[in-house]
Amino acid sequence: MAGTAVRGRLTWQTATVGAVMDETPSVRTISLSVPDWPGHQAGQHLDVRLTADDGYRAERSYSIASAPGEPVAITVERLDEGEVSPYLTQDLQPGDEMEIRGPIGGYFVWDPTGSDGAAPLLLAAGGSGVVPLRAMLRHRSRIGSSVPVRLLYSARSLADVIYRSELDHEADGVQVIYTLTRQQPPGWTGYARRVDQQMMAEVAWPVASPAPLAYVCGPTNFVEAAAADLVALGYPPQRVKTERFGATGTP
Amino acid sequence: MSPISRGFHRRHQEEEPAGRVPPGQYVTHDFPVLSAGPTPHTPLSNWTFSIEGAQSPASWTWEEFQALPHETVTVDIHCVTRWSKLDTVWTGVSLDVLLDAVSYTAPYVLAFCDGGYTTNLPVADLTGGKAWVAYNYDGNPLQSEHGGPARLLVPHLYFWKSAKWVRGLRLRDTDVPGFWEMYGYNMYGDPWREQRYAGD
Repeated sequence: MAGTAVRGRLTWQTATVGAVMDETPSVRTISLSVPDWPGHQAGQHLDVRLTADDGYRAERSYSIASAPGEPVAITVERLDEGEVSPYLTQDLQPGDEMEIRGPIGGYFVWDPTGSDGAAPLLLAAGGSGVVPLRAMLRHRSRIGSSVPVRLLYSARSLADVIYRSELDHEADGVQVIYTLTRQQPPGWTGYARRVDQQMMAEVAWPVASPAPLAYVCGPTNFVEAAAADLVALGYPPQRVKTERFGATGTP
Repeated sequence: MSPISRGFHRRHQEEEPAGRVPPGQYVTHDFPVLSAGPTPHTPLSNWTFSIEGAQSPASWTWEEFQALPHETVTVDIHCVTRWSKLDTVWTGVSLDVLLDAVSYTAPYVLAFCDGGYTTNLPVADLTGGKAWVAYNYDGNPLQSEHGGPARLLVPHLYFWKSAKWVRGLRLRDTDVPGFWEMYGYNMYGDPWREQRYAGD
């Protein structure tokens, strides 16, 4: 349970939008310039606060998509019935300002300097649950870590895969395994179903020495299934860290 | 002074009921799930609820717990991730009933759970008809992903204080941080004062 506690008051600060990049038709990465950002760990999140000209405010939490040491970036999936994500993915432009505070959360983080720093990583992503896991992959790459990584990424179709060009060129020691649950391109030979125990048994590191560490992030149903599959394969529950997106948990 | 987010407007004109949604929250009709690890599944035959740290500790099996006086309450719940859910219906045992079974003077508890989760609360927030150990939701047994077989229900605090899979309370003379509190979440967690994080 030891972790990096977030201490002291988290204050709102003004962030300026830098580059915006469309990852898929409904997902956008937004780089932010934050003058007093205290730094973050791979896997943490931040709060966004928007203020309308009539004073109306809305706050949401988003996973940080960038590695420690990189400029802060978030990746936002548009939920059409949402209030904040349509604005962030369609209306926001470089130079716009918003308020943020963070980083938040110290459990769903990968710390390569910690006692588990050498453990093989099993990352499991459902949809936009890949965002904090991508921060871990970038962190691994930036520090030159050789920790072996397998990423099992469940997406509806190849067009829905976020960070695809980056994931297709991942470094040595990183294997990316897709499962495309709704639509597959012609000639697709990979997985084409929701994550199940057989798939997890084929993909996940065996429970052996060195004991692997699992990070599972996605919608509730995905996380419930993937985490239960890992436990059934013998992963100790305390080595399976989860982050669930409720149906409206991260608009 | 907050910067104006150019072009941002309220999209949902549906007015929230006055005085029921704390600052920074929005109403959801779903029941999102947030937990740090896999959902534990403890057989009811192995389940107990214990109060430790009292002069006379107490423990109930599942059957004994079901035989305790219970009540059905309708409450609003508020998650620190910003969703609120109004008029949720729970059945469970009041903490007044449970704490009346032991003699104690400690002012704090650390709730402990299957899966290793803990959270800290003042005893004063558990007594006086404000808190329950709930085992039914909406008339049905509480599902495991929502904390079944039984979870703490302390609706006047952020919902991480309503510990899932609760197995007991440890009475304490001092207030020590639980699981999320160690990671920077607020020691008390009053949604009406927006006490999300340490220092709020």
